[in-house]
Amino acid sequence: MADAPVPAISVRNIHKSFGQHEVLRGISLDAQDGDVISILGASGSGKSTFLRCINLLETPDEGEITVAGETIAMKRNRAGSLVPADRKQVDRIRSELAMVFQSFNLWSHMTVLQNLIEGPVHVLKRPKAECIAEAEALLEKVGLAERRNYYPAHLSGGQQQRAAIARALAMQPKALLFDEPTSALDPELVGEVLKVMRSLAEEGRTMLVMTHEMAFARNVSDRVLFLHEGVVEADGAPEDIFTNSESERFRQFIGNF
Amino acid sequence: MDFDVAFLLSTFVKLVAAVPMTLGLFACSVSLGAVFALGITYCRVSGGPLLSVFARAYVFVFRGSPLLIQMFLIYYGLGQFPAVRHSLFWPVLRDPFSCAVLALALCTAGYQAEIMRGGLQAVPSREIEAGRAAGMSGLLLFRRIIAPIAIRQALPAYSTEIILMVKSTALASLVTVWEVTGTAQRLISQTYRTMEVFLVATLIYLLINFIIVRLMALVEYRLSPHLRERPVSASNGGRQGEVHG
Repeated sequence: MADAPVPAISVRNIHKSFGQHEVLRGISLDAQDGDVISILGASGSGKSTFLRCINLLETPDEGEITVAGETIAMKRNRAGSLVPADRKQVDRIRSELAMVFQSFNLWSHMTVLQNLIEGPVHVLKRPKAECIAEAEALLEKVGLAERRNYYPAHLSGGQQQRAAIARALAMQPKALLFDEPTSALDPELVGEVLKVMRSLAEEGRTMLVMTHEMAFARNVSDRVLFLHEGVVEADGAPEDIFTNSESERFRQFIGNF
Repeated sequence: MDFDVAFLLSTFVKLVAAVPMTLGLFACSVSLGAVFALGITYCRVSGGPLLSVFARAYVFVFRGSPLLIQMFLIYYGLGQFPAVRHSLFWPVLRDPFSCAVLALALCTAGYQAEIMRGGLQAVPSREIEAGRAAGMSGLLLFRRIIAPIAIRQALPAYSTEIILMVKSTALASLVTVWEVTGTAQRLISQTYRTMEVFLVATLIYLLINFIIVRLMALVEYRLSPHLRERPVSASNGGRQGEVHG
């Protein structure tokens, strides 16, 4: 095991409280390159908070986050809370971890194409012509080539989410973080988004997916994590965990679907 | 009352000659006011508690008291203090035009700051978060995401404020600046033809504001393609670009 591969994302012992409420009580996770990990849990189980801690949209109270071997430097402020030591490092690591949000969060004043090239041109400082060519290829891939000059308000929810996935891919990220990407969609629009996500999984992208889509968790992911009350309650390959999990709570949880 | 076309025409010509003064007051005070407003907005939204209190107090005082009194205080009031008369600001403060611009600018700054704050608050936090998640922060995030959205949100209220400012320049006539209204009053005191002269003055203000309204509508139209009908179904586009209904 001397030269074990460096995990794409390695998270150690994350704790996070909001006031008196302890949302995360020590969560760890290693994602290797190409892993597709589904993270399940009831509403309020802390799964969104966990995902948001990974790219520091929420600052964890405790714990360590390492992306492709680079640990995010943290320090204590005067009040004793953990804060990032180097904002530039945080910005850079965020640009390496693209996030797809529940409510798409496209920039409303930009066209689809502008949304896609915004990060590559202004954050990664890459040549614009190159970014446009890549963005067009990505839009082709998610089936939105004809909608490149549309504004987000002119797209359906499913189209917006596919555009948001393409925007995430345009950053050429080391891993993709999905925060309940289909939860805000009408049922008939869920399929088109899952189809795109499935194709990304097949390409070997590293993905962490918070989801309520049991079929996706079961059929597409390599590994399933079940969070309950801020801890990892069950963890395993989907074929094992869905058929004979030792966790009573997880069996109850999947029984509801 | 007969229409004395010749008199109306000569009045129009005389008042149009004062339009550059009105526009000068307007342009100087709106742009100076915008600079002040940026500072006040910064104090309000990202300064500490002390700066925030200053910004609130500023807005309260300048929105809450009559512009005419503010102008009188600056033009007639400040000159009573020897310290002011001997300071290096005196060349500015003894000049009616600069005093009027200063009073107008200080006042509109209070209103503009509130408009800017409203625009900033209306920026959806989700879009800011998407920017952060992509690795943006500080000035880059402000320049690329926050400001463009805030400006679009603030534009309708900003047009209203700008039109109010065109009309507020009339107050400068009371500190002896010969803009359109002041010139009109001078004509009236010479001719006693109040109705005709003020009607012509009204017409001139309407023309100025018509142009400004159209310009602002154009800017707003250019900046808001995302709020219009979607491209494929643009047939029923009656509302497009309509700003002041």
